[in-house]
Amino acid sequence: MIHLIQTLGHTTLSRLSTLGRACFLLLRLLSAIGSVLYRFRLLVTQLYSVGVLTFLIVVVSGFFIGMVLGLQGYTTLSDFGAESALGQMVGTSLVRELGPVMAALLFAGRAGSALTAEIGLMKATEQLSGMEMMAVDPIKRIIAPRFWAGFFSMPILSLLLSTAGVLGGYLVGVEMLGVDNGIFWSRMQSTIDFKSDVLNGVIKSIVFGFVVTWIAVFEGYDAIPTSEGVGRATTRTVVYSAFAILGLDFILTALMFGDF
Amino acid sequence: MTLTASQPAEMMVSVNKLSFSRASRVIFDDITINIRRGKITAIMGPSGTGKTTLLKLIGGQLRPQTGTINVDGIIVNQLSRQRLFELRQRMGMLFQSGALLTDLSVFENVAFPMREHTQLPESMIHSLVLMKLDAVGLRGAHQLMPSQLSGGMARRVALARAIALDPQIMMYDEPFAGQDPLSMGVLLKLIHVLNNALNLTSIVVTHDIHEAFTIADEVYLISEGKVVEHGSAKQIQTSSSEWVQQFIHGHYDGPVPFHYPAADYRSELFGLAGTKSSAP
Amino acid sequence: MQKHNLTELLVGLFVSAGLIALFFLAMNVSNLRETANPDGYRLVARFNNIGGLKTRSPITISGVKVGRVGSITLDQDSYNALVTLNINPGICVPEESIASILTSGLLGEQYIGLEPGGLDECLADHDEIELTQSAVILEKLISKFLFDKADSQAQ
Repeated sequence: MIHLIQTLGHTTLSRLSTLGRACFLLLRLLSAIGSVLYRFRLLVTQLYSVGVLTFLIVVVSGFFIGMVLGLQGYTTLSDFGAESALGQMVGTSLVRELGPVMAALLFAGRAGSALTAEIGLMKATEQLSGMEMMAVDPIKRIIAPRFWAGFFSMPILSLLLSTAGVLGGYLVGVEMLGVDNGIFWSRMQSTIDFKSDVLNGVIKSIVFGFVVTWIAVFEGYDAIPTSEGVGRATTRTVVYSAFAILGLDFILTALMFGDF
Repeated sequence: MTLTASQPAEMMVSVNKLSFSRASRVIFDDITINIRRGKITAIMGPSGTGKTTLLKLIGGQLRPQTGTINVDGIIVNQLSRQRLFELRQRMGMLFQSGALLTDLSVFENVAFPMREHTQLPESMIHSLVLMKLDAVGLRGAHQLMPSQLSGGMARRVALARAIALDPQIMMYDEPFAGQDPLSMGVLLKLIHVLNNALNLTSIVVTHDIHEAFTIADEVYLISEGKVVEHGSAKQIQTSSSEWVQQFIHGHYDGPVPFHYPAADYRSELFGLAGTKSSAP
Repeated sequence: MQKHNLTELLVGLFVSAGLIALFFLAMNVSNLRETANPDGYRLVARFNNIGGLKTRSPITISGVKVGRVGSITLDQDSYNALVTLNINPGICVPEESIASILTSGLLGEQYIGLEPGGLDECLADHDEIELTQSAVILEKLISKFLFDKADSQAQ
């Protein structure tokens, strides 16, 4: 029994100190924004590997999600004779929820885990240590550009997913299932408000981008520098990111859309 | 603001009464090491005594619990990050694995510190990089990527990179580990030549006895956090300490026993409720 | 150098794609086209019961959308609902128009329908629409129906 309490206490304390280390890293990353913008090239290279390479999976997934939404939505709505609301349904679901959340999850799985593995491996092969000894701050040179690249890419990816989704929903709803083209778009347009729906979705994705990239970058930087340690860190990135995304999504949704 | 201490100018690096522990394990216990300017000093000892940790302490990557580390008149463990970075530009470190940046070519790797710390024009950097690579004999390999290099070649490139900004101190972390005799010979020559040609102070951490004795002007033997013996190579070889003799000749048994402490052999084999005997 | 240019190009394309997506969502998916109307004017109307009317519900004349509901507040003195109507510029709402809360379709999305009055004068900014008809509450309708039925049976 005592042993159980001891383990619990130890785990809690170690989790708390991990959180503390993560916050210290975050402070240094935030203060590095100046040098990152100054060395713009580094940011661009990272935007490529983090953003552009996730582009394809996000767009394809978005497209399929939109198509499934169109299909399922049509089936359900036709029970109420409300097929004409399909555009509205597809649009609202994507812009408010699925765009930011799915893009963030896909990002965590593809780009987040890659970031963790890359940084962890650099730590394990002493490249970060070597840089420190060459009087180059690895946080400013290696880690901060990756962090900010993730932060900037996330909203773009979320918008791309929503767009691809709407087009997928259009394809299924209008072209395949026969919902009227004009009604599809007009119902959507009259219900979705730019400020409270689209922009809120963007705000969500910015928050997700911040948190997911922070987790990915920290896990890599904090990883135990062995092959096993890096592997476990990569897994942790994906798992913790998923928890964070879904938890934050609930909180943000309640804050933004709860007061109806 | 650099803090100076009274230190004979003869000593480039002075480790004074240093104690360092990590996770309740004492690594260094009140040790004092003096590295003479312009000379090659070898730091040796069994694996795991923290020789690499010592280099990290000198370089300021770790902070000691007590004691001071004095590099050319500057107390390292009290420096701010900014000052520490400035000091590090005067130090070069060769890591055991080379620690080259894997996404850059050999040329880019050697150019890295120049590009980060100087405003030199590209043409000058180009010449300087080729000169450094030529010093280690790898000028022809400047287009290769680190993954295409053998271990020994990677180490030489790392050495070229470490001397890129003409440091005053060079630290070598196990440079001979796992090298074939040819690479070993090349590295030995390079360490020796560079030390003299560039007026360096070199600190070599290793447990390769023979190699160390070949080039070192002074040797420190460290075990269990304390300095066991120090002096010239000759003085060490003629030391009366049994431990030192076992270490440098590689006797498998002596003051450091062969057998890990265990219960009585007979009773463990036959499961008898044991009497412990003192014989191994 | 060739590699660098390609990378930069692709990143530029990526960011542009994001901006285009934003534009698409703004224009074709949301209602951004309509809300950019600061030149419109405001009218007020009082209702006994607004039913399910919400802010930003549409306001129509003869079925054509002419504006959106601005704010809905409770008048503490008369216990009426005070509704602000944002009317698009260039629309004339004649005096003595009637504002009714109607339901569109079966799913009950409520809106304000304006029936134009007979006079030539247009209502100006901050004027009040005097004649209003509140929303139809289902329970009251049912009880009225039952009451009428009972009434006619008794006769």
